[in-house]
Amino acid sequence: MKHLRYLIPLAIFLGLVLFLAAGLKLDPHEVPSPLIGKPAPGFALTRLDDPGQTIRRDDMLGKVWMLNVWASWCVACREEHPLLVEFSRQKLLPIIGLNYKDERIAGMKWLSGFGNPYDASLFDHDGRVGIDFGVYGVPETFIIDRQGVIRYKQIGPVTPDVIRNKIEPLVRQLNG
Amino acid sequence: MIPEIGHFALWLALGVATVLGIVPMVGAGRGRDDWMVLARPCAYILAGLITLAFGCLMSSFINSDFSVLYVAENSNSALPIQYRIAGVWGGHEGSLLLWMEMLALWMVAVSLFSRHLPRPVLARILAVMGLVSVGFLLFMLLTSNPFDRLFPIPPDGNDLNPLLQDPGMVTHPPMLYMGYVGFSVAVAFANTTLIGGNLDATWARWTRPWTTVAWLFLTIGIALGSSWAYYELGWGGWWFWDPVENASLMPWLLGTALIHSLAVTEKRGSFKSWTVLLAILAFSFSLLGTFLVRSGVLSSVHAFATDPRRGLFILAFLTIVVGGSFALYAWRAPTVGLGARFALISKETALLANNVLFLVSAGAVLLGTLYPLLLDALGLGKISVGPPYFDSVFMPLMAPTIFLMGVGPLARWKEAQVPDLARRLRWAAGVTLVAAVTTGWMAGQIHLVATLGLIMAFWIFTSVATDLWERIRPQGGGLSEVRRQLGLLPRALVGMMVAHLGVGVFCLGVVMVKTYEVENDVKMNVGETTTVRGFTFKFNGIREYEGPNYTASQGEMEITRDGKPVTVLHPEKRIYRVQQNPMTEAAISPSLTGDLYVSMGEEVEGGAWIVRVYVKPFVDWIWGGCLLMAIGGALAVSDRRYRRKQGGAA
Amino acid sequence: MAKWLLFLCLFMGLTQTHAKEAAPAADDPALEARMLQITAELRCLVCQNQTIADSHADLAVDLRRQVREMLAQGQTNQQVLDYMTARYGDFVLYRPPFKATTVLLWVGPGVMGLLGLLGLVWILRRRNRMPEDRFEPDEAEPEVTPQAAQPRP
Repeated sequence: MKHLRYLIPLAIFLGLVLFLAAGLKLDPHEVPSPLIGKPAPGFALTRLDDPGQTIRRDDMLGKVWMLNVWASWCVACREEHPLLVEFSRQKLLPIIGLNYKDERIAGMKWLSGFGNPYDASLFDHDGRVGIDFGVYGVPETFIIDRQGVIRYKQIGPVTPDVIRNKIEPLVRQLNG
Repeated sequence: MIPEIGHFALWLALGVATVLGIVPMVGAGRGRDDWMVLARPCAYILAGLITLAFGCLMSSFINSDFSVLYVAENSNSALPIQYRIAGVWGGHEGSLLLWMEMLALWMVAVSLFSRHLPRPVLARILAVMGLVSVGFLLFMLLTSNPFDRLFPIPPDGNDLNPLLQDPGMVTHPPMLYMGYVGFSVAVAFANTTLIGGNLDATWARWTRPWTTVAWLFLTIGIALGSSWAYYELGWGGWWFWDPVENASLMPWLLGTALIHSLAVTEKRGSFKSWTVLLAILAFSFSLLGTFLVRSGVLSSVHAFATDPRRGLFILAFLTIVVGGSFALYAWRAPTVGLGARFALISKETALLANNVLFLVSAGAVLLGTLYPLLLDALGLGKISVGPPYFDSVFMPLMAPTIFLMGVGPLARWKEAQVPDLARRLRWAAGVTLVAAVTTGWMAGQIHLVATLGLIMAFWIFTSVATDLWERIRPQGGGLSEVRRQLGLLPRALVGMMVAHLGVGVFCLGVVMVKTYEVENDVKMNVGETTTVRGFTFKFNGIREYEGPNYTASQGEMEITRDGKPVTVLHPEKRIYRVQQNPMTEAAISPSLTGDLYVSMGEEVEGGAWIVRVYVKPFVDWIWGGCLLMAIGGALAVSDRRYRRKQGGAA
Repeated sequence: MAKWLLFLCLFMGLTQTHAKEAAPAADDPALEARMLQITAELRCLVCQNQTIADSHADLAVDLRRQVREMLAQGQTNQQVLDYMTARYGDFVLYRPPFKATTVLLWVGPGVMGLLGLLGLVWILRRRNRMPEDRFEPDEAEPEVTPQAAQPRP
């Protein structure tokens, strides 16, 4: 019986191997958001296309809406943009863009070239609102419910899979 | 043509390795001499084939053959020749071939220096190394072939990452891999003795020099990596507890424990199975490191292009080699005898306690490195474990270890007396305290933590001095007697003292630079100065020049002290043309008492430059200490008893 | 005397104008040092193997600016850390917080060390209680006179 203790190194090692194998499926770079389930941070930003008009977080209360972080300098955004444009045609929910660390002219030009799925785009020139939302890469997408609580965050471009299996069901559920 | 030859050589090598792995092993079990004698020639042929493949890849790099995918990814026609050579191991596939080449060299060494080993033992050792080769060759040939062709052939390559275009790249990986792979010899010895069922002190004596050599290469490899980071990255950091750095530290800690444990087993025949376990652990952590760096499981600045499929292969390989060794251990270790008796207070116990502490340290580093993965795998969120954790956990574990370093060498085998040890060490303790406090005071400020660190360093110095003193003045003789006794000291003993001194030197360097380093970030116009710790740095301007594959802005910094010139430094900001990335080349003026370190930031409006100026006291003692450790190891290995011919009591 | 003094002053004035002291890169070096100290323990989200203090990434530059402002407003170090974790989670901290999920991490090494050493003592005690015939005969060379206690290597 005391010979069993010599099996301990093997047992510990096999345990380690199992969990390393599990680790192979994970992505160490992905940073989950701590804001899920918390109220969206307050903001008051001017419209990209109209510096005279300001949109605040509270203006969006009562609606389920999508915030999509984009920029004209963002290469991966071009990948997801056609999907967003098409998705916007369904008119499932208002889509607000957050133009992150960009210039107005460049941003508007980009939209006119690639299409504009947004009801409005917010001009976040210095990126502070982005920081408040925990943005660390572009593109990112948030779904926010009627009470202004963040319910979902997509890191990286949205894919048809994400739209179909995550976003649409969630929006339907939040809309009641 | 040459890449195809190299590729073919690898396939042939796989065949030879398979034969080597099986035939002599079975032959040893069955007592078949004709099978066992195949071991050496197979090892030589295997080494020859791997070296051929390595040479083919190197030739492709030197000739800038961009039809080879790996060369195109890691080289460029404008790349200077030494970096074209180093580029061979600049990426994942080539670094595996470097691993194999090191294994080939170790196999040749074992074959050459093993006249004293009984035939079945040598056969099994080479067979185990052959099996390890099989694993790595399969991995290369199935998932990571360095000889894959690229079509259409690009006009030029992607260039070697500029951070790697440095002498450090030429030396650090080969040294490191010599160390990692060298532990496979220890594991081969371990498995051989478990299979053969004759685990005794002789086994320890055979294994010890091989392990020490592997360990000293690993020490040099880690030190080179650290000093490279220090001057390359521009802010003078030298250790980041990055997962890949930890992956090299863990085998080192275990290797150190192993060397000390082998001493107990060799001398007293005690704790044989524990030593065997350590040998298996040391190599396991080498392989684990290989896995961590290439699988994508951890985020690291050193990580190679990651691929979970490769990760799975390495994991399977790891499971077979390490799991097999542990299984062998579980089967055979219970039958091993106890060895000689020793008291609770004795040299043996000191060495074993040291073992435990090194093992726990390695465990702590592993815990910290893998913990984020653990929580993520359990769905408990994502955290980061970085330098603040490791620093606060590692130091307290090292403190008792270093205390033991002073006590151990003075303790007697079999039984030692605490009052006796205390009496002999009281001078050392006293001088340590005084020296630690005095150093702090002389440096300008006494900090509690720094003083503790200095106590550790001075404790080592004084205890080594005490040990030496006792040995060369046993009866209190005169100068000629002292000289005679010095000459009589066995090299192994001198090696131990030098290596331990190295640890002390290392500690001193770490404490001094961490506590008393000063940094000044200034905006400098031409002609302006800044003064740090009595050194005046004057900015004389910028000159632009074209390097072989980069454009540079080189600053001139004139340094004086009390009006007397000290040196002129030339920090640079470079843009490497191919990958278009900016690089900072810091300029350093090293000296025994510290470095002057200047690094250029950006140019701002008005033509001024942001410059970072550092005075880093005793920072070179960090790597000087490592060098001493390696020299100590080399001295120990050159001890007369390993050079005796067989027949004599070796 | 006065002439000599005047000459001295002029001379010193001249040497002073030669060596103009460079201005610190930061507007407020003390605040900057504090900012760097805090951000040196924070992980850059973009190039994830550097601290926010060291990283050149845009986000890191923005966050350093943010921290500078917060410190200038009088916020404490803890408030800065809370700000970061509220937005990026515990991932951004290089010093893992002490929570239920990290107890094992923080306590582990100390416990392992303690258990290891205690375990060693226990095993050695037990070993010494074993009958003499379980041990191998003593191969060690005889000890030299204990006068100055000269243990062999």
